[in-house]
Amino acid sequence: MISQFFVLSQRGDNIVFRDYRGDVQKGSAEIFFRKVKFWKEDGEEEAPPVFNVDGVNYFHVKVVGLLFAATTRSNVSPSLVLELLQRIARVTKDYLGILNEDSLRKNFVLVYELLDEVIDFGYVQTTSTEVLKASVFNEPIMIDAGRLPALGPASIFMQGTKRMPGTAVTKSVVANEPGGRKREEIFVDIIEKISVTFSSSGYILTSEIDGTIQMKSYLTGNPEIRVALNDDLSIGRGGRSIYDYGGSSGAGAVILDDCNFHESVHLDSFEVDRTLSLVPPDGEFPVMNYRITQEFKPPFRINTLIEEAGSLKAEVSLKIRAEFASSITANAIAVQMPLPAYTTRVSFELEPGAVGQTTDFKESNKRLEWNLKKIVGGSEHTLRAKLTFSQESHGNITKEAGPVSMTFTIPMYNASKLQVKYLQIAKKSKTYNPYRWVRYVTQANSYVARL
Amino acid sequence: MAPPYQRSPSPSQPSGKGEVSDVKSQLRQLAGSRAPGTDDSKRDLFKKVLSYMTVGIDVSSVFSDMVMCSATSDIVLKKMCYLYVGNYAKYNPDLALLTINFLQRDCKDEDPMIRGLALRSLCTLRVPNLVEYLVGPLGSGLKDKSGYVRMVASIGVVKLYHISASTCVDADFPAMLKHLMLHDQDAQVVANCLFSLQEIWTLEANTSEEASSEREALLSKPVIYYFLNRIKDFNEWAQCIILEMVSKYVPPDSNEIFDIMNLLEDRLQHANGAIVLATIKLFLQLTLDMTDVHQQVYERIKAPLLTQVSLGSPEQSFAVLSHLHLLVMRAPMLFSTAYKHFYCHYNEPFYVKKLKLEMLTAVANESNTYEIVTELCEYAANVDIPMARESIRAVGKIALQQYDVNAIVDRLLQFLEMEKDHVTAETLVLVKDLLRKYPQWSHDCIAVVGNISSKNIQEPKAKAALIWMLGEYAQDMQDAPYVLESLVEKWEDECSAEVRLHLLTSVMKCFFRRPPETQQVLRAVLAAGIADFHQDVHDRALFYYRLLQHNVSVAEGVVNPPKQAVSVFADTQSSEIKDRIFDEFNSLSVVYKKPSYMFTDKEYRGPFAFSEEFGNMSIGVESEETAASSQRVEASDKELLLNTSEKEDKVLSNNGPAYSAPAYDGYLDTAASQVQSDLVSLEPPLPSHPPKTSSGIDLLSLGLSIKPTPAPTAPTLKLNAKPVLDPNTFQQKWRQLQVSVSQEISISPQGVAALANLQSLLRHMQGHSIQCIASGGQSPNYKFFFFAQKSEESSLFLVECIINSLTCKAQLKIKADDESSSQAFSTVFQSALSSYGTS
Repeated sequence: MISQFFVLSQRGDNIVFRDYRGDVQKGSAEIFFRKVKFWKEDGEEEAPPVFNVDGVNYFHVKVVGLLFAATTRSNVSPSLVLELLQRIARVTKDYLGILNEDSLRKNFVLVYELLDEVIDFGYVQTTSTEVLKASVFNEPIMIDAGRLPALGPASIFMQGTKRMPGTAVTKSVVANEPGGRKREEIFVDIIEKISVTFSSSGYILTSEIDGTIQMKSYLTGNPEIRVALNDDLSIGRGGRSIYDYGGSSGAGAVILDDCNFHESVHLDSFEVDRTLSLVPPDGEFPVMNYRITQEFKPPFRINTLIEEAGSLKAEVSLKIRAEFASSITANAIAVQMPLPAYTTRVSFELEPGAVGQTTDFKESNKRLEWNLKKIVGGSEHTLRAKLTFSQESHGNITKEAGPVSMTFTIPMYNASKLQVKYLQIAKKSKTYNPYRWVRYVTQANSYVARL
Repeated sequence: MAPPYQRSPSPSQPSGKGEVSDVKSQLRQLAGSRAPGTDDSKRDLFKKVLSYMTVGIDVSSVFSDMVMCSATSDIVLKKMCYLYVGNYAKYNPDLALLTINFLQRDCKDEDPMIRGLALRSLCTLRVPNLVEYLVGPLGSGLKDKSGYVRMVASIGVVKLYHISASTCVDADFPAMLKHLMLHDQDAQVVANCLFSLQEIWTLEANTSEEASSEREALLSKPVIYYFLNRIKDFNEWAQCIILEMVSKYVPPDSNEIFDIMNLLEDRLQHANGAIVLATIKLFLQLTLDMTDVHQQVYERIKAPLLTQVSLGSPEQSFAVLSHLHLLVMRAPMLFSTAYKHFYCHYNEPFYVKKLKLEMLTAVANESNTYEIVTELCEYAANVDIPMARESIRAVGKIALQQYDVNAIVDRLLQFLEMEKDHVTAETLVLVKDLLRKYPQWSHDCIAVVGNISSKNIQEPKAKAALIWMLGEYAQDMQDAPYVLESLVEKWEDECSAEVRLHLLTSVMKCFFRRPPETQQVLRAVLAAGIADFHQDVHDRALFYYRLLQHNVSVAEGVVNPPKQAVSVFADTQSSEIKDRIFDEFNSLSVVYKKPSYMFTDKEYRGPFAFSEEFGNMSIGVESEETAASSQRVEASDKELLLNTSEKEDKVLSNNGPAYSAPAYDGYLDTAASQVQSDLVSLEPPLPSHPPKTSSGIDLLSLGLSIKPTPAPTAPTLKLNAKPVLDPNTFQQKWRQLQVSVSQEISISPQGVAALANLQSLLRHMQGHSIQCIASGGQSPNYKFFFFAQKSEESSLFLVECIINSLTCKAQLKIKADDESSSQAFSTVFQSALSSYGTS
């Protein structure tokens, strides 16, 4: 049973505050915010998502820099509450199109309306955007999508200059298009987050893909949809299979370690032909989540060299090679490397003719940062840096620096080779032919190369 | 702690009262207006009021004006007004009366949406003297033809209950809810009825017999099956609550258990982590008594749990990971092949990494230790200092688990060569613990430790560890007396009392080993210690001083007796507590690692939480057990070993299986426990007794083998062939009765060999009219609880029997209603047990 729900801005202001049971004091949001902001317990510097102060349990999740929080005095399931907080954020986004502090402030009355129906007296009633539509009457006030930061959620599907309709990420489920008519369209996104750890010799120590097939439907009348995946998809694994790197795309079976599905998905024919059938509810939701530890070809190879160059000096060379097709471009690449704690100055040397690259040395945490706007498949980029130290290093300098970590987004690329073979929409009439978008994107979760 | 943070003023956060009175006058103007566009201006005004309310400005003064403005057909306006009224009615009970009228009217509106909203607001007023206006609308709400209204009404009942319990009960609402729950077509109405009834009956159960039996009835087979059979009609959130309820249901036979598990199998593939955890809890609870199936459940849930961990936000992942952590700690073996999943990602929050490190430590075994330690060493070199420290501790813990110590010691010593202060400090503490457990490594360790300059060590714990080693291995470290001397010289600057205490003891030890070199320092340290302002330091110095005055060799026996290696460091958390946490799976208890009674007020303990009485009772059992087995190291060793292998010690611990691993949390607090054990070593010796045989052992053997009074001749003890006893009564009796016979007996090797088939042992004992009520364990330790009853009378015998298959010994503890016949029973029991496997 949840007592209160509130959303706090980064500065700790209440954007919405709803009390459901009246058994937790009014100042709870303030107590909560101070605790989170000045957390120092057990040597930890970051407040865990759940903590207890004077018998009140505080839950929070961070979404787009805001704190979605709930309180309760009962011993509830932490998973349930955290899942719920995340879900409230998602439903709100479905309504507002864009979820940020600005849109929340402009639409806080609508959010109250939602909250009224989502929870009653601390008991969850529904989080289905579809069901909520019947009882939410405020019109969302749209904020200008153009002001979104360039690397915001809308841009992850950008591929070079061809722009995919980013609107799916920013369009409210209840708002109409300027023309007054809703556009019939459906988006299926295959989003894969990859984690790879390379040993100092470049050998892959661990690798994992956490994937989601996400759907967002703007179809009227809720037609049934069939999504077909690779025929040779298999689930569960006996042992590690030897993956054939040589094959072209599509070759080699995709083996999932495990997967799970959204409530609405019917798996009747999944065992037979790997198709999922569902009547998609309104709003954005994950159709299927999956996890793969089968080996895959990592998109980037990282080569790092750090060597002492005379007393109080060292040189770093960072080389990144994009090992994917040249038709594909990775965006927003950031490479980070912790340097020895006694580093005082760093001078960088980019390769000649480098465009869209920036470098920085973060004095406060002794970190080297290298940002690249994009990397085209097959290309290779190098950064050289000269370090100046304030003291002699103790012997092995490679133990004082690294590991190198990397973040990136690669549109229209998926590491697992899991594919949506087709997307079938039950036809209402001959002229009914909604837009279907199937999009792939791969992002780095934890991409690390050790020294 | 005064936070340096100040709330910055922002346009949306006005603080003055001027704005409120502004709004008030504008509301007045609009109240009577019927001009077009009024609703729009009202919307703007209401919005303003709500935004003030949100940021915490008191807008209760506009209450009457808001109510005046509420006459509108605009539903958005209505909703805003309801929200406002719900927030302030409690503080303006008189004015709240004004709202009753329009709310009651709205409760009869044509539009079910309006009826529902009005009813919801009516129930949230929380004004006790208005409840009379509530009963009517609620009653008709429960019978409304719209599901939405019934949904609101069914939660409304529990709201009414909290305002006035008697009104709610007198109006017979619980009975109406029960009817709705079992008959309504709308799943959410049914779910809400369940929520309300659980809450009402739990609260009522304290005072009313009837309510308590109604609460029990929720767990009856028909109700449980009613919910299970339509589980997919409910939304995911209601499913969680239902699954939680079902986990309290005890199916009468195993077929039913399999039916339920088959029915709910696909819930493990749900994308919602809360459902997955609720299902896992149910499966684990259902199979507590079925060791094999229980193990299969662990295997089955591994993949879904790992998927949930890697999905979603770090916060959700943390919640699932906490539960995975609990399971890993209970059954590390089952997760030992999944160790790579517990490797840390550089960008994970520290609270996630910490859990992962603990799991890595727990699952380390012969086959994966090398890789795990290699990975941990990477973290130890990390720039993230808390992470580096935590990783070094993890390496140390693994070393203490006895796997591949050789290689690990080398790695630990390499840490010392990294010359990072925090790494050195952590490592020293670990090396000290290692030496306490594996004195055989002293040579290698001391060689390296001896090279560390004490000047570079600042952290008290590390300093204390180094000093301890200097004292303990004074004969191996050439310059030990001189290092100690230099430390004593800086006595005044040493602000940690812990370090000073260690310094005292170490100089003493050093003195006994190398008297000529140390005499000078000893004098200095005793003088400094006696003059110390810290009470403990002063007392210890004085104590040493007098001891030395009394007799130097006695002093040596006290301060520096021959030591046995510590084989297992004490566990900080009792298995009892761990079992309670396991019982509360899928709740905050798991995240906090505390049972709920430690952090939750009584009235919030949930519908089916164990009563306090029960908790105290089982804790009583625990403490009695520990008392009986004395605090000797060996004895607690056995306890620990048992705990690792007990699988379903259902009776004594309230129905939790105790797969619990020996968590070496205790040794973390090493420096403190070090002090403690040093103090302990001071306690027992008396001048007349040479402290060679620890007096603790004598105490122990006394405690365990109370010689029973010579058996009264009870020629034939007849036992009831089919006695009946339920686990609760057993537990109660076990707590009440004294141990009347306690002894160790031998079992034939054939009997031990036949132990592999526990069932056959239980049948064999049954053949001797001795019934097993709980059993568990893994080779080499098995634990059983038996009972028997005299044939003529109701007098009972209770037996705890711990069999060690390596030593072929069984330890018996017999408790009896009638103590005079317990010896006779013991004979019967022993002959029954010793004949096992021979027939």
